Formats: sequence, C-alpha cells, structure tokens
Amino acid sequence: MPARPCGPYRPSGTTARSTAIHRRALPLLLIPLSGCSGIQSALDPAGDEAAAIYTLFLVMVAGGALIWLAVVGLLLHAARRREAPWSEKTAGRLIAWGGVAFPVAVLLALLAYAVWLMPAIRPWLAHSAPAARPIEVTGEQFWWRIRYPAAEGMPAFETANELRLPVGARAVFALKAQDVIHSFWIPALGGKMDMIPGRTNTLSLLPTRAGVFRAPCAEFCGASHTLMAFSVVVMEPEDYAAWRRAQAGGNPATGSEGERLFAGHGCAGCHGIRGLTETASLGPDLTFFGQRQTVGAGTLANTAENVARFIRNPDKVKPGAKMPAFDMLPDGDIAAMADYLVGLK
Amino acid sequence: MRLIPKEIESLWTLFTAPTIWALHFLACYITAAVTCAKAGAVPFSFDTMRLALGLITLAALAGIVLSAVLAWRQWGFGSGDPPHDEPTRKDRLLFQGFATLLLSGLSFVAVLFVAMPLVFIGACQP
Repeated sequence: MPARPCGPYRPSGTTARSTAIHRRALPLLLIPLSGCSGIQSALDPAGDEAAAIYTLFLVMVAGGALIWLAVVGLLLHAARRREAPWSEKTAGRLIAWGGVAFPVAVLLALLAYAVWLMPAIRPWLAHSAPAARPIEVTGEQFWWRIRYPAAEGMPAFETANELRLPVGARAVFALKAQDVIHSFWIPALGGKMDMIPGRTNTLSLLPTRAGVFRAPCAEFCGASHTLMAFSVVVMEPEDYAAWRRAQAGGNPATGSEGERLFAGHGCAGCHGIRGLTETASLGPDLTFFGQRQTVGAGTLANTAENVARFIRNPDKVKPGAKMPAFDMLPDGDIAAMADYLVGLK
Repeated sequence: MRLIPKEIESLWTLFTAPTIWALHFLACYITAAVTCAKAGAVPFSFDTMRLALGLITLAALAGIVLSAVLAWRQWGFGSGDPPHDEPTRKDRLLFQGFATLLLSGLSFVAVLFVAMPLVFIGACQP
C-alpha cells in the first residue's frame, strides 16, 4: 500500500508502518523550508528594502499566530461544560472589549506600522537625488534588456539578462516593457514592480550583501513566462568598477572560427556584441556573454552544450521564443559558435 | 433643548455619520491626487495640504461625535436593551437611535484609518 503523507487516511497497520510513513513524509515537510534561503528568497534578505519586508512578514506571522491561539483558546473555553455560565452582562463586556475594542486597536496599530514602513520599502525620495541616474530595464518576451547610463566618463552601454550592482550603493531602475506587462522582482533585494508598455515605473533598491541572486518575471507574460528570469550579481565596489570599465571596450574581433560563423550565419543581424557588431539590438546583447550565469534568460546553465542546444532549437528550450531554429546548420558550426560565445569573457 | 426637530430624528440622522465618512474620504483622496499630479503648479506645499486635511479630519470627527451624541439621546441614553423589535413607534425610534450610534462608531474608526497616511507620508511619489 502506498504511503499517503497527507489527508485523513489512516492505514490500519502497526506502529512500525506509521513510523515508516512519517519517515517518508518528513522530506515532504522539509520542502517548504527550502524556500527560506537561497538565491530567490524574500526570507533571506540582501538589501534594505527586502529586510523591511522581512520584518513586516515576521511581525504579521507572529501577531497572526498569537491572535489565532487566543481565538482557539476562547473557543475551547466556550465549549467547556461549567456549572454557572457567564452572566449576560459579563459576556456583553467580553464582546465589546474582545470583539470591538481589541480588533480596532490591533488594526490601527498594524495600519500605522504598514503606512510608516512604506517609505522604507519604496524610498521614492531617493529618486530625486541628483546622482541617481536610473538603469533602464525593459521586459521583452521572454528576456530583459538592460541599459546602463553613462557614468564618471564611461559611456552608456546595453546588456541583457544579467544585472550587476555594487554593494552598499543605492540603485535606481527605470522599468519599461516592450510588448506585454512583465514584472521586475528581485526577492532578495526588495519588492516587485510591474513593467507596463508605454509607461516608465521607477524603483529604487539598496543591496547590502554581495552575492548572486535570481529574479523571476512576476507577471504572467506568455508561454515562457516561467523561464523568464535574470541573474543579479551584487559585487564589491572595486570589482564592480573594474567590470563597469571593461564594458565600454566590449569583445573586439579575434578572427576565431566561431566569430566568423557568428557573423556569417546572420546572428549579428539581431544580437549585438560591442567591439564586433554595434548596431543590432533586436535580440539580447551578447557582449561578455561568457560571464553570465545562464543562457536563455535564466533557463539553462551557461555551458557550451546548452548554448548549442539553444541555437539549434530555441523554441524547444523556451516555447514562444522569437529566435528562429538553426537546426539546419552543421553540428560543427553550432559547436564552434557556442564555444565562441561561452568564451566571451 | 432640541438641536434638531424631532421629525427629522429618523433615517436622515442615520445617514449622517457614514456621509461625513464618505465626504472625508473623497476630500483626502482627491486633494492628495490633484496636489501630487499638479506638483509645482499648485500654490501650496505638500505639508500645507497635510495640515489642511488634518483640520478637515478633526472637523469630520467632531461631526461624527455630534451625530453619536444625538443618536445616544435618541436611544434614551442606553436606558433600554436591544433588540427593540416591537412594532411600536417607540421601539422604532430606539432601534434607529441604536443603529445610528453603531454607525457613528464605525464611521469614527473609518475616518481615523483614512487619515492615517497623513501622519506618515511626507511627499508625493514622483
């Protein structure tokens, strides 16, 4: 008989069997706990805004648990058989205090706390600071176009599907959408904000811990919505500055076989690589592609095999992707191009 | 001394407190929305608006308290116990008084909740 960890079903077996069931059920109980940390968890904050949301969450859970215990306690008390029931006057007083005064006071306190917290979660006054030039992030089906502004004499540049930020510096984002509504959400750094076609939404985040985080699209946007994510790499300021300086130069031509094939098969018609091709920006920019964590906007690990798989048939990896299949190319060509792209570091 | 004629101490007074709540809600939301949408074009600052809405809130609360006092009087200062469901003119009057008192309490709390952001929000979102 299969073990059934959930539901009221009770096998008529021995204690040994129910122990076995408990042992099998234990890993299932641990699954929700795995959400408490890791690269995509609001419960493991790495930024000021996320920390404020985490505190709010803890207060709500603890408060809700206390109230639940009190209500269940009252229920048990009311269900108990007793000699002399409460007088109508005492019961009326309990209802007035416990049913009216207490909820009003608690809701007033919770509302005050939440409204007081709002500027910490959405620090909009930070936007008007003169130094804050926004990083423009545009949601497209099913990837992220990221434009860094010119800063400290370094030119503006475009990248895709991976955001790099210095730790301890406030980042401001101008959020846009190309086709349908997407939503920008880095759970480890803060709350989410929608990206709406024809509109620019502004969000500000302050990363406080270096690390690599995952940011999923948080608004259903089509067949590959669940495969639309980007990586966020929060770096030490000096590492970030070095990375930022290197971006301007891009990947100049080396004359490799993969590079020749990349241009020859028309990839450069949609994908830009700074230093090699400048103009194309229909698809994701591929400059320094080898540095990225993933291929296909958070879909697969960034390895030559996965890149080859994506080139061969993007729609199989990512349903609804606009890039056409290149499965008519010889395997050798695809492998050479994949090696070239993974080598762009 | 009667503050209002006994004839209109009826359904009209029942609606007073929720009406004040509705008007206060509209005053707060419309004023804040217009002030932020026309930031720079309006001849007063955000803090002036907060102060003005704070005074409007006090006036609204005072109106609701007045409505509650009148309702309490209509209810006979709590002399009789609800539910007041006899088909008599007296019970109808007491029932309306009690309902008005409860609605005034609800409206008082609601106006406080609506006004809460005035205390904590200090600027428009750009």
